[in-house]
Amino acid sequence: MNDYLGDVAALARKDLALELRARDTLPAMVLFVLSTLVVFHFALPRDAGDEAAYGLLWVAIVFTALLGLSRAWVPESRDGAIDALVLATRDRSAIWVAKTLAALAFLAVAELVALPAFALLFAPLDAAAVAGAALASIGLCVVGSLAAALASAGRGREVVLPLLVLPLSIPLVVGGVGASISPQAGDYLLFLGVYDAVFAILSWASFEYVITE
Amino acid sequence: MIRAEGIEKRFGGRAVVRGLSFAVSRGEVMLVTGANGSGKTTLLRLVAGLTTPTRGTLAVEVDRSRLGYLAHEPLLYRELTALENLDLFGRLYHVPERRERVGMLLERFGIWDARSERVSSLSRGMVQRLALCRALLHEPELLVLDEPFTALDEEGAELLDAELVSLASAATLVISTHDPDRVTPLSTSRLALA
Repeated sequence: MNDYLGDVAALARKDLALELRARDTLPAMVLFVLSTLVVFHFALPRDAGDEAAYGLLWVAIVFTALLGLSRAWVPESRDGAIDALVLATRDRSAIWVAKTLAALAFLAVAELVALPAFALLFAPLDAAAVAGAALASIGLCVVGSLAAALASAGRGREVVLPLLVLPLSIPLVVGGVGASISPQAGDYLLFLGVYDAVFAILSWASFEYVITE
Repeated sequence: MIRAEGIEKRFGGRAVVRGLSFAVSRGEVMLVTGANGSGKTTLLRLVAGLTTPTRGTLAVEVDRSRLGYLAHEPLLYRELTALENLDLFGRLYHVPERRERVGMLLERFGIWDARSERVSSLSRGMVQRLALCRALLHEPELLVLDEPFTALDEEGAELLDAELVSLASAATLVISTHDPDRVTPLSTSRLALA
């Protein structure tokens, strides 16, 4: 177990180091989510109400996550580094866990900017909405990292990734919006937690087959 | 250590490797030769476990963690330094006394002075030397080398010659090359792909 966690830590650290050095994902995500919220601010009719605004927040978050995920496996695709990882890791699921953690870290930073911006431009966010954002972000990164690995293996990564992730993200959007506006926010948070657990187990177990033929 | 019986590898409708059978015993050095497109790289990827045969059986009796693989591509992160790349793979392979081993390999292949440079800024020959360090880092029992002399200058090629001589007595080697004369003295068997 310690070896496994050590592998995850080494791989996640590598992803963070690559991003700190190249800075080609996180700034793009932050700028995208901010500019999307600003555009929505002017696009939304004044009498649209807060419910519509919460829906648009989730559109912004899902597409920001997609932007990050579309670049998640680029360093591995270049120069065949993924082959070296596949050979070097004892349990290949460690590669997916590390990639998910790195994707989650990038999305969390984008949301640290996006959520206050949303509160400023649209409507306040309560603790349930923030918890919903956290749980849905975990779900997005869990399924998104696996889908991005699948998409990176073939041609047309930019087309395949949204086709895989968007249908799987619908329950997360429903849960995220529900946690923000429903009086029964707890039910939605529970739903998001179950989604995260189920898809984390499925993704963890299937990564070996995704990354090899 | 390696036993292949009637292996075939197809990509779509095209057979890249067809009905190949061979065996490599522990300690052998098998040389794989053939023209461009004859399937050498695909065969080596099959042996390394990076792809699976479409037909036939291929048994490689070595744990993946004891296999070293040098490919056409360097299999390195270009935005990490030479040292960071080897440190990462040393951690993943759980190499004992990792730092000493990494330092020793960088010294041996003449890239110690470039250890803090990003791979993207190294010459192709230096990258090939670093890729060799990565392949040898964990002292593999089975070493699969795809065109190992590619991009190496004469000094680098001589370093590799010396390395292969010492490895031939300690590991099983499968080497593909367009320059068989360079490796023939070491080889115990040869597989010529048509």
